[in-house]
Amino acid sequence: MDALGLYNYWIVIVLMMTGFYVVVSRGNLVKKIVGLNIFQTSMFILYISMGKVAGGTAPILAEGFETYSNPLPHVLILTAIVVGVATTALGLALVVRINEAYGTVEEDEIQLQDQEA
Amino acid sequence: MIAAHLPALQVVVPLVAAPLCLLLRRGGLAWALALAASWAAFAIAALLLQQVLSTGPISYQLGGWAPPWGIEYRIDVVNGFVLLIVAAIGAVVLPYARVSVAHELPEDQQATFYTALMLCLTGLLGVTITGDAFNLFVFLEISSLSSYVLIALGRDRRALTAAFQYLVMGTIGATFIVIGVGLLYMVTGTLNMLDLAERLPPMAESRTVLAAFAFLTVGTGLKLALFPLHFWLPNAYAYAPSVVTAFLAATATKVSIYMLLRFFFTVFGTADSLDLATLENLLIPLGVAAILVCSTVAIFQTDVKRMLAYSSVAQVGYMVLGIGFASTAGLTAAIVHLFNHAMTKGGLFLALGCMALRLGSVQIESLAGLGRRMPLTMFAFVLGGFSLIGVPLTAGFISKWVLVQAALERGNWLVVAVILVGSLLAAVYVWRVIEVAYFRPGARDDAGEGIAEAPLSMLIPTWILIGASIYFGIHTSLTLGVAERAARFLLGGGA
Repeated sequence: MDALGLYNYWIVIVLMMTGFYVVVSRGNLVKKIVGLNIFQTSMFILYISMGKVAGGTAPILAEGFETYSNPLPHVLILTAIVVGVATTALGLALVVRINEAYGTVEEDEIQLQDQEA
Repeated sequence: MIAAHLPALQVVVPLVAAPLCLLLRRGGLAWALALAASWAAFAIAALLLQQVLSTGPISYQLGGWAPPWGIEYRIDVVNGFVLLIVAAIGAVVLPYARVSVAHELPEDQQATFYTALMLCLTGLLGVTITGDAFNLFVFLEISSLSSYVLIALGRDRRALTAAFQYLVMGTIGATFIVIGVGLLYMVTGTLNMLDLAERLPPMAESRTVLAAFAFLTVGTGLKLALFPLHFWLPNAYAYAPSVVTAFLAATATKVSIYMLLRFFFTVFGTADSLDLATLENLLIPLGVAAILVCSTVAIFQTDVKRMLAYSSVAQVGYMVLGIGFASTAGLTAAIVHLFNHAMTKGGLFLALGCMALRLGSVQIESLAGLGRRMPLTMFAFVLGGFSLIGVPLTAGFISKWVLVQAALERGNWLVVAVILVGSLLAAVYVWRVIEVAYFRPGARDDAGEGIAEAPLSMLIPTWILIGASIYFGIHTSLTLGVAERAARFLLGGGA
């Protein structure tokens, strides 16, 4: 029961480590951005999970409901999602520019070109 | 009326200037607006610090919502001082920017450049002024995203890869910080820093709080280029446009140091989880390693900009050492070095920008004979170099003096030795530049069309910062006095 109750948090940890591993291990810059996205998404789920109140409903005042989920973490994460989208957009824009300048998006090939120069 | 809203204006002025710069489209107009905004920000920061020093901390409720529900801007001696440093660097760098940016960037990118610079200033001031942990993350990302753009504007194509690397590392760091803040919110139910400080002590032993502490430390460590996490910094500084390097070197890492101070001593300060011995065991070895390794690496660089970038990581090491001691003397050393190093390194990078304008490169060989061709720029570089080494009568000496005292207070002779060795290593890398510039004849010495001195609009800002790093080496009462008050305040003794 207890382990199942922490189900969300297990997902958070798995996603976080997956994303982190992709960022570190992949040489393709686009894949790095994908990894970074997964990494950030795990943090969104962490926040969303902690806002949930057992038995609570959406935080809209209505007759017959006493318990509401905490809306604050959800609102915070809306901001964080916007930041995440901006980061992804900027990262991909940089990848496009790198591709124009080097003709490749593979990290090792870029390093090779830099050493030759 | 207006005076009551100074804390909000501090952030809003550069924030509003940013999109206006973009709308103006023309580089010159955008520059004029950015200049006005940065000077206004400097004036506001000076007024705020003066108010804090005379009447104590200021609390500003954004939108009239009372803390801890609303976002609070809270200015005390510590962040008042950091605000002043950041705003002052912005105000000095912008007059310099016009010629340098016109030289290094195409006309159609200049308005965008000033937009990004204003956003970066907004973010850095916001991180410093806010009293809300989540708001801090938002401002941190504003400053980080705009600094990735600024770095990518460098002329060399390696600027792009440097910016990408910084983006990946910076985002991981920022995400760690949000996770830390989230975990703290989970156990306390508040995001206001003062409120957090009150609610944390009873649950200091909990695993969640310790995890939050770890995430915040590593995340901030990535942002401030703490020794093993510094790999993004040398490339980012080396390939960014000259103005950006000077601005970021003097402000971005300093603001991160402030974040570390704030988390350690305000948020966790009253909690037992912050065992002083842990802090000492964690930070002092990293600081020592930063000083020794990065100063040595700096000696072997052929690009002077890159050399100074490695030296920046080493200087961060000194500040981290001061924080590691967690004593009044140690924190005073860290805070006063934060100021002194901002002036010195800002001035040095500005001097390098003058050289880049005339030479087109700052490879060490190309500086040959520069002592005769650009005497004023080169002499500024020499004085800045002295301050970096810590020669008496420069600001760098004062910070090292206080730091050595802090080390002696703890009887830590090893750290004293490391500080001395670090100064010797700094002398070696500064001397390499001096030797080439003054004692080696330039390749084109005979040619009639020599290299002229940089224009006044660039020389004056350079000399203001270098002059400040000499002035505050002689008249220490202002900087040391404020730094000591800030240190006492952080350690809970009141201002």
